[in-house]
Amino acid sequence: MTTLQVAAIGVLGLIGVGVYGLLISRSLIKIVVALQILVKGAMLALVAAGVASGRTNLGQSLAVTVIVADTVVAVIGLALAVQVKRRLGTLDVRELSSLKK
Amino acid sequence: MREIEIVLVVGALLCALQAMRVKRLLVSALWLAGCSALVSVIFFAIGAHEIAVIELSVGAGLVTVLFVLAISIAGEEVIDIRSIIPKPIAWALVIIPIVLLGVMVIPTIGAASSTTEPPFATVLWQQRGLDALVQSGLIFAAVVGLLGLLAEAKVPVKEKQPVKSTPPQVNAPAPKPVTVATHEVKA
Repeated sequence: MTTLQVAAIGVLGLIGVGVYGLLISRSLIKIVVALQILVKGAMLALVAAGVASGRTNLGQSLAVTVIVADTVVAVIGLALAVQVKRRLGTLDVRELSSLKK
Repeated sequence: MREIEIVLVVGALLCALQAMRVKRLLVSALWLAGCSALVSVIFFAIGAHEIAVIELSVGAGLVTVLFVLAISIAGEEVIDIRSIIPKPIAWALVIIPIVLLGVMVIPTIGAASSTTEPPFATVLWQQRGLDALVQSGLIFAAVVGLLGLLAEAKVPVKEKQPVKSTPPQVNAPAPKPVTVATHEVKA
């Protein structure tokens, strides 16, 4: 088994855990954590693909873009979670489905 | 050497799984930081040194601080209710496609090929210059959006009524002290 195959197992595992977290989580902050794990898998896939094709620096520059976008998503998601907690008093996503308040 | 990489991948997966399994949000954020640190070591092991440093500082550092800050503001809330999708079904929905994908993809991956390519700074700033421009715009939009989201609703401040000055009268009773109502202004 080569190094890239080990990395590919890591990619599939991280994406799987991220999707599983998105499926079962009901807390808004937990959903952001699951998104972070999912994006880490995608980032590892980009870099591993760059290494496999002999263009490591291209994969790294694409991964930088992913890191920036991922951090922005985390910031906005956490700010939304804080506002939801202030207004509804809970982080449960089920409370967002009703428009009572 | 390959055993170390296997240990790193297994450790990253365990950290990610623990981040999803634990009930407390703060502990989940700390497991996520551990996962980020191990993923950055994997980056370093496969030869992507620059992105390893960025991932360690941003993924394991900045994002963890953001999570701890958000949890300290929002409060620790344990939602111990059944998930929307039952866990066995969720596991099946995840494991079956991942295993099929792994069986199809992993045997086709060969060893890393080595070709000459320009250095990282050249690729980032010259070949992918548009990406860098979009990133700066994204960061600006995120800061503006964050300020808008975290801003409190403003409470209108009532203006104080000016006290009318009356000319002094002879043999007039002493004027009562004027009390000015103070309004509490929410920050």
